[in-house]
Amino acid sequence: MSAKKSEKTESLYKKRIDGRKFDEIRKVKAKVGIIPSADGSAIFETGTTKALAVVRGPRTLHPQHMQDPRKGLLRVHYSMMSFSVSERIRPGPSRRSQEISKVTEWALAPCVDLDAFPNTVVDVFIQIPQADAGTRVAGINAAIMALAHAGVPMKEMASAVSIGKLDKTLVVDVNKDEEDFDEGEGSTDIPMCWLSRSGKIALLQLDGKISIPELKDALKIGKEACKKIHDIQVKALKEVGKEIGE
Amino acid sequence: MTLPNIQKQRITEYLKEGKRFDGRNPEDYREIEIEVGISKNAEGSCSVKFGKTEVYAGVKLELAEPYPDSPDEGTFMTTAELSPIASEDFELGPPKIDSIELARIIDRGIRESGFIDFKKLCIKEGEKVWQIFLDVYAVNDDGNLMDAAALASLIALANAKMPVYNEKEGKVEHESSKNSLPLNKDAMAFNITFHKIGNAIIVDPTAEEEEISDFRISVAVADNDGEPRITAVQKGKEKPISEEDMEKILNLVEDKFKEVLPKINKYVWGK
Repeated sequence: MSAKKSEKTESLYKKRIDGRKFDEIRKVKAKVGIIPSADGSAIFETGTTKALAVVRGPRTLHPQHMQDPRKGLLRVHYSMMSFSVSERIRPGPSRRSQEISKVTEWALAPCVDLDAFPNTVVDVFIQIPQADAGTRVAGINAAIMALAHAGVPMKEMASAVSIGKLDKTLVVDVNKDEEDFDEGEGSTDIPMCWLSRSGKIALLQLDGKISIPELKDALKIGKEACKKIHDIQVKALKEVGKEIGE
Repeated sequence: MTLPNIQKQRITEYLKEGKRFDGRNPEDYREIEIEVGISKNAEGSCSVKFGKTEVYAGVKLELAEPYPDSPDEGTFMTTAELSPIASEDFELGPPKIDSIELARIIDRGIRESGFIDFKKLCIKEGEKVWQIFLDVYAVNDDGNLMDAAALASLIALANAKMPVYNEKEGKVEHESSKNSLPLNKDAMAFNITFHKIGNAIIVDPTAEEEEISDFRISVAVADNDGEPRITAVQKGKEKPISEEDMEKILNLVEDKFKEVLPKINKYVWGK
């Protein structure tokens, strides 16, 4: 059985390309209140991945037929700036960006309470000016801070991180070089989002190859990393306008 | 579809006792029916029914330029069409998020598993490769389009025949080949989608069950020498997953994998 054999052989990914420990997130920077015209805004950086998030609303939702008389609607618009990666991205929505917007919406929805705002919408705009893997999780980390900054009633916070499996090694917060690792079992990318109070999983995606026990481990490691990110987010929210670094 | 509250309550109450309206257990699939070759002009095609849910899948191949970052590999594109023929909830017009997400989940499941040997789809490096178009159409939506579409995709690809590139005339001849696509049989991954309703985790939901579920999670799983190997995961809908449920689902993946794999192999490879 090759599965059992492979447990004995050592992983081909022994040392991280950028020298981090396997469970170490990149250097994180977070700042709340960066865009004056917005109701709420924040920036979240991990290494050279940068995500801006802006919140506008609650405001009246148009067209009217989309309005919900029971509660406000949360809407997320994620996009990468055309120059954010080495090969220019055509501006405007792509299939990828629309899917990421939707899964981000699902990740943030359990955190906000829009029952007191019928017929309105809260729009969250996420822009990626510089990408080095992990943009959707950075976007979530920025967006939840922007929502809190906007004064939207919140039930809990959300923190997200991408766990990678490079050959057989689990690593926290993969960068682009690691994402492109193709030796052995290659690279598996597992973005996830954990909620601060309920301890539940609000986003989980996976691309690659992984066994069930390994996935269980990845979830554990991801949860720990999200706790560290959560602390930084809370600190940034307490000191609006100040850059909080790790 | 808007389900009356009484219906929602009853589905949830039934599930508390481990029962479903159609008599199934929470972990049972509906009857699956397969028909291969529903369109003779397609390189490969099929219809798949899960109970009343029906999807068509078709594969076409065309010549294309390779992507600059993989000049010696063929390309692959999946679309999913959720048109008004399949449900009162679907509308005409450009693809909406439901169909985009469906197509992307199928695409990733196939691409990431390594099912297609893209290097063998190269005709001339940097210039000419085969592009595989996999198009899935919902014909009737009674829930779980996800798993039905994923299975239909595997069957359509497994039954597809390579067209022939006539270099002299620079033309593609679609009818003249008996060769299958370059597929890695062992890498095939199939999709299992779980939904949570009340306290129950179910597979193969009907449209009614899908409508009221808290969350769904789709897991693409391949056979790694008898052990399940997960190749893609996607959590959907607004409610989060507790750690206990996650554990339960991953254990269910293990059980379902062993039970379903022989059947899937039979549907896809005919044996």
